[in-house]
Amino acid sequence: MNLSRPARVLLGVALVLGLGVIYVPLAVVVLNSFNADKTFGWPPSGLTFQWWRSAWDSSGLRDALWTSVQAGLGATVVALVLGTMAAFAVQRYRFFGKNTVSLLIVLPIALPGIVTGIALSNTFHTVLGVPLGLLTVIVGHATFCVVTVYNNVLARLRRMGLGLEEASADLGADTFTTFRLVTFPMMRSALLAGGLLAFALSFDEIIVTTFTSGAGVKTLPIWIFENLFRPNQAPVVNVVAAALIVVSVVPIYLAQRLSGEASTH
Amino acid sequence: MTAGVGAAKGPTLRREISAFFHRHSRVRLSLLLSAPLAWLGLAYLGSLAALIASAFWSTDTFTGDLVKTFTWANFHDLLTIDVYRTIALRSVWVAAAVTLIDLAIAFPMAFAMAKLASPRAQRWLVILVLTPLWASYLVKAYAWRVMLSSGGILGWGYGLTATIATLAYLWLPYMILPIYAGLERMPNALLDAAGDLGARGWRTFRTVVWPLTFPAVVAGSIFTFSLSLGDYITVKIVGGKSQLIGNVVYDNIGAANNLPFAAAVATVPVVIMLVYLAAVRRTGALENL
Repeated sequence: MNLSRPARVLLGVALVLGLGVIYVPLAVVVLNSFNADKTFGWPPSGLTFQWWRSAWDSSGLRDALWTSVQAGLGATVVALVLGTMAAFAVQRYRFFGKNTVSLLIVLPIALPGIVTGIALSNTFHTVLGVPLGLLTVIVGHATFCVVTVYNNVLARLRRMGLGLEEASADLGADTFTTFRLVTFPMMRSALLAGGLLAFALSFDEIIVTTFTSGAGVKTLPIWIFENLFRPNQAPVVNVVAAALIVVSVVPIYLAQRLSGEASTH
Repeated sequence: MTAGVGAAKGPTLRREISAFFHRHSRVRLSLLLSAPLAWLGLAYLGSLAALIASAFWSTDTFTGDLVKTFTWANFHDLLTIDVYRTIALRSVWVAAAVTLIDLAIAFPMAFAMAKLASPRAQRWLVILVLTPLWASYLVKAYAWRVMLSSGGILGWGYGLTATIATLAYLWLPYMILPIYAGLERMPNALLDAAGDLGARGWRTFRTVVWPLTFPAVVAGSIFTFSLSLGDYITVKIVGGKSQLIGNVVYDNIGAANNLPFAAAVATVPVVIMLVYLAAVRRTGALENL
């Protein structure tokens, strides 16, 4: 391509600078989790492991983490079931209102979280009379997580076609056997990728959670948000933030592995 | 395979159920659609409808109870009281500023990724851009709070500028990825052809690159605009005393306990987004999401 040399240099610099902008704040958080100065004075006056120890000992933090894991798992299971069913219906059948179904699945993530949050909390509160708790959080999260599973399964079904399932039926397998031995194994990595995304989405969510969780239930993001403005807790919040950055590498690694595996098929 | 052969021995109940489903595709379809439609069609859409309906109700000023009689009062207040008009306009302005900043940063980055980097480097660059999306939203907003604080690296203090910078940072990957995908689809031969026909860099950009990547740019802007418009957490973390639409909704749900007014305010970002989506539909941006 005939791009002038200055233009190439300029674009390269823009790319490096842009990536710098993306990563410097994250690096600052990780570095500050070892900053001996409680108010994060810059540059750090010394390094310490003290904050990591006090984070480890915080029982409120541990409870919040466990609540988040439960909510994430619950939402992921519901999203897996609903997303897979919807994807099969849309990809394998023709019916009136098919486009509306796809739109309906995208809607909860396309609308601002606060709209979904107050709509659901209003329904729980005034229409159904259900007390807010972990279950209502799971319902709220599952609503916007369906789309991740749906997209992944839909893409997989589109690629895999009907050939192998028809062959299985021709060889005498009934619907259930075909699903167990042919369809499901071919979808496994798509389900894993979709489920992983759903879990990550739920684990990080704060707005819908705020409106559907009630007083007793604290997920990790809610805990972080509550402690963000308490000067005493700042170092511990910082440790949690740093830990979350480091841990976020795991799903990326898994997602890369999964997409690599899918592309070799 | 052995299981299939085993099941073929004689008609069993399971075999009959399976055959029934095989023959009746409409039954299969309705079963598949039942749960997703009950959840999203009935429960979720129903909740949205109930919320919109309650925007036309009011609350009793003494007891705080809902008064379920039709009134335009909430929308009337929303349009006539200065504070709300200012906040709504400010929110749109902030969302637009965030979108433009992200566009200015993302386009050169995406261009360098798609057209200058080797295929191997491209894969790594995509991972590098995707990675921060997995890091928690709160953590990133918090990182900016620390950097912006008076003793921090940047030390700008909190306010509207801080909010715009933080939101632009949060949504940047959502702008880079669609533009990168759009540029990658654009054949390099087009750039060479433009050069052969005598076009310099700027002219090539204006007449070839920009028109072809415009749908991708709009796709990215849907994310940055919509996400900024509904946000109230980032404003609370780095915004100081500034307020956006989301804060008004939040405060009316919590402290003021005025669900009807909150619902009316919440329709503002929804209507703006629907208008935005309708306006950009013709560009083909929705297929780029």
